[in-house]
Amino acid sequence: MNLILSIKQKRALFLALRYGLMSLLAVIFAFPIVFMMVSSLKPSLQILRDSSSLMAFVPMGDISIDNYFKAFERAPIGLFVYNSLMVTLVTMGLGLFINSMAAFALANMRWKGQQVVLSVIIATLILPFETIAIPLLMVVSRLPWLGPEGLTYGWLNSYQVQIIPFIVDAFSIFLFVQFFKSLPYELIEAARIDGAGWFRIYAQVIVPISGPVFATAAILRGLFMWNQYLWPSMVIQSTQYRPVMVGLGYFWQLTSSNTAGEGILPWGELMAYLTIITIPVIVLFLALQRAFVESIATTGIKG
Amino acid sequence: MAAIAKTNPQGQAYSSKGNKDRYLEPLAAWLMASPAVILLLAFLIIPFFLAFFYAFTNQRLVSPNPTEYVGLANFKQLLTVKILRLDPIVDAAGQPVLDETGNITYPREREFTRNNPEYPQYNGLQKWTAWDIGGSRWTLLAGDAVFMRSLINTFYFALVIVPGQAGLGLLLALLINQRTAGVNFFRTVFFIPVVVSIVVVSILFQFIYDGDNGLVNNTLVFLTGGRFTPVDWLASPSTAMPAIMVMSAWQAVGIHMVIWLAGLQTIPEILYEAASIDGANGWQKFIYVTWPGLRNTAVFILVTITMAALGLFSQIDVMTQGGPLDSTTTVIYQAVQKGYKMQDIAYGSAISVAFFILVLTVALVQRYLTREKDV
Repeated sequence: MNLILSIKQKRALFLALRYGLMSLLAVIFAFPIVFMMVSSLKPSLQILRDSSSLMAFVPMGDISIDNYFKAFERAPIGLFVYNSLMVTLVTMGLGLFINSMAAFALANMRWKGQQVVLSVIIATLILPFETIAIPLLMVVSRLPWLGPEGLTYGWLNSYQVQIIPFIVDAFSIFLFVQFFKSLPYELIEAARIDGAGWFRIYAQVIVPISGPVFATAAILRGLFMWNQYLWPSMVIQSTQYRPVMVGLGYFWQLTSSNTAGEGILPWGELMAYLTIITIPVIVLFLALQRAFVESIATTGIKG
Repeated sequence: MAAIAKTNPQGQAYSSKGNKDRYLEPLAAWLMASPAVILLLAFLIIPFFLAFFYAFTNQRLVSPNPTEYVGLANFKQLLTVKILRLDPIVDAAGQPVLDETGNITYPREREFTRNNPEYPQYNGLQKWTAWDIGGSRWTLLAGDAVFMRSLINTFYFALVIVPGQAGLGLLLALLINQRTAGVNFFRTVFFIPVVVSIVVVSILFQFIYDGDNGLVNNTLVFLTGGRFTPVDWLASPSTAMPAIMVMSAWQAVGIHMVIWLAGLQTIPEILYEAASIDGANGWQKFIYVTWPGLRNTAVFILVTITMAALGLFSQIDVMTQGGPLDSTTTVIYQAVQKGYKMQDIAYGSAISVAFFILVLTVALVQRYLTREKDV
């Protein structure tokens, strides 16, 4: 047998190796999620029984959506989802507006202090949120708020404590500045000649042609806000304002101390909760895949 | 208009509104930037400086007593490390006293660290770790032994996860950076864990790592034909951190795959063609064309993974709460324990400052590395 392979055979071998490796990796990457979704349809006992065979990944046996009903009974998951959606959307909306408007002033207008402000914003990019979480906790615990009950002090357990500190995002501003600087200056000049004010130029000339960068900022911010955990677990103790991820920790503690009838953890319910808060993001990702991947890739440009 | 443009070569005023605009433009700019500037000051910059301020006080979240300046006391507690040499306990004849299992016995550390007037320098310190070398026991004492362990754990996590995750990301990027059938499908699959919250992943992996019914144990038992003894991955000090590392890499590697891929696609195809003509094989092309072209991407990826790794918190909080035996506690987990759970804002701030200095060091190293390339 001739062991020296022809170039063609070598190519075929490499290709087979590559696809073999990719398939193996794909199994490792996909199976935990498949397992989560499949298990959410099974009774807890069956999940444990199936876990020793490939049945763990097959929706067969006693399949039902009972776990979902039970999970909703055990904790107000609907409320948690509403809280997170509301906090995410409001923060994202206000953030897109305020960050892009500031970026427009920084990128396309001339004023004293422009360079200083821009440098400070860029400098804060290296400041992870973790460094300021503890002093920020102190700050928000003393801040005044004018609400329906009049003037109160302390923002703990509220929506605003989850929203207002996260509206401004240095990285979003950076993305907008980069994009706005790349736009042809004649656009702004022409609008000036026509007598448009600065805000109008921003709102009616710049924003309409900046779709891609808005999409990028929205995706990055949306993912970040939906997945928030450290901050809300410090500032939200009441069920009323609890977001999904903190609610999940709470649900986990609730179930791990309080086992289901059979004396085992209600894994099925847990998997149902995990699936409920994961599916919407995965669906959104699959629908907007290009935009998602491109937004993540843009984070690499800043280097 | 042409006249104005000519008289203002720097483009100072390019409007039909003439001089008025010279004052209006800065005013409008400040107005448009001010919401962001005010929020940034209030919720990022001021808290950042407050961390430094609180770290020198005894500030608590809620306290009936006024806050006092305490100087370096918090940092002293945080960073003090002392070595204590213990000699074996000897009997009247000068022979070491053995315990029931025949081991040499030593005095207990607490005899030195609890109000011993002869050793004021050890007062209040905690035992961190100890080694028996050359007939003596060398004990490391620390002002805050748990913080020291969390510092070591955080470095351990970063040291493994940074090269591991960057390397795996590059491998995935190289695998899918070829236009052959199905590549988009694989890219999607590799990226999906990124959009799943780390909290969801942490709870899911509690089951996957379970000591009795976990998928990892079952898979290993199956692959070894029953020879593998199941391990309770998260319950043992030696396996808990590695288990969390594998899970973290699984969740986040898609991000770095995509960034590597963007870097790979900036390398001009013509370089590969030229290398082919020169007779380079696949490995040579990687070493001489691909890798040099990825330098900036590499620095960026290493720095982002390092920063994220140093901030390790959610996985720990959900899965192990720092245990077993402090083997997974981390710097940020400690900051939250002290600053939030125990409401000791001052001490939590001191930990935050220490964390910031760590991160700053990483950022400076990045600047150094990228500058070198420009020369």
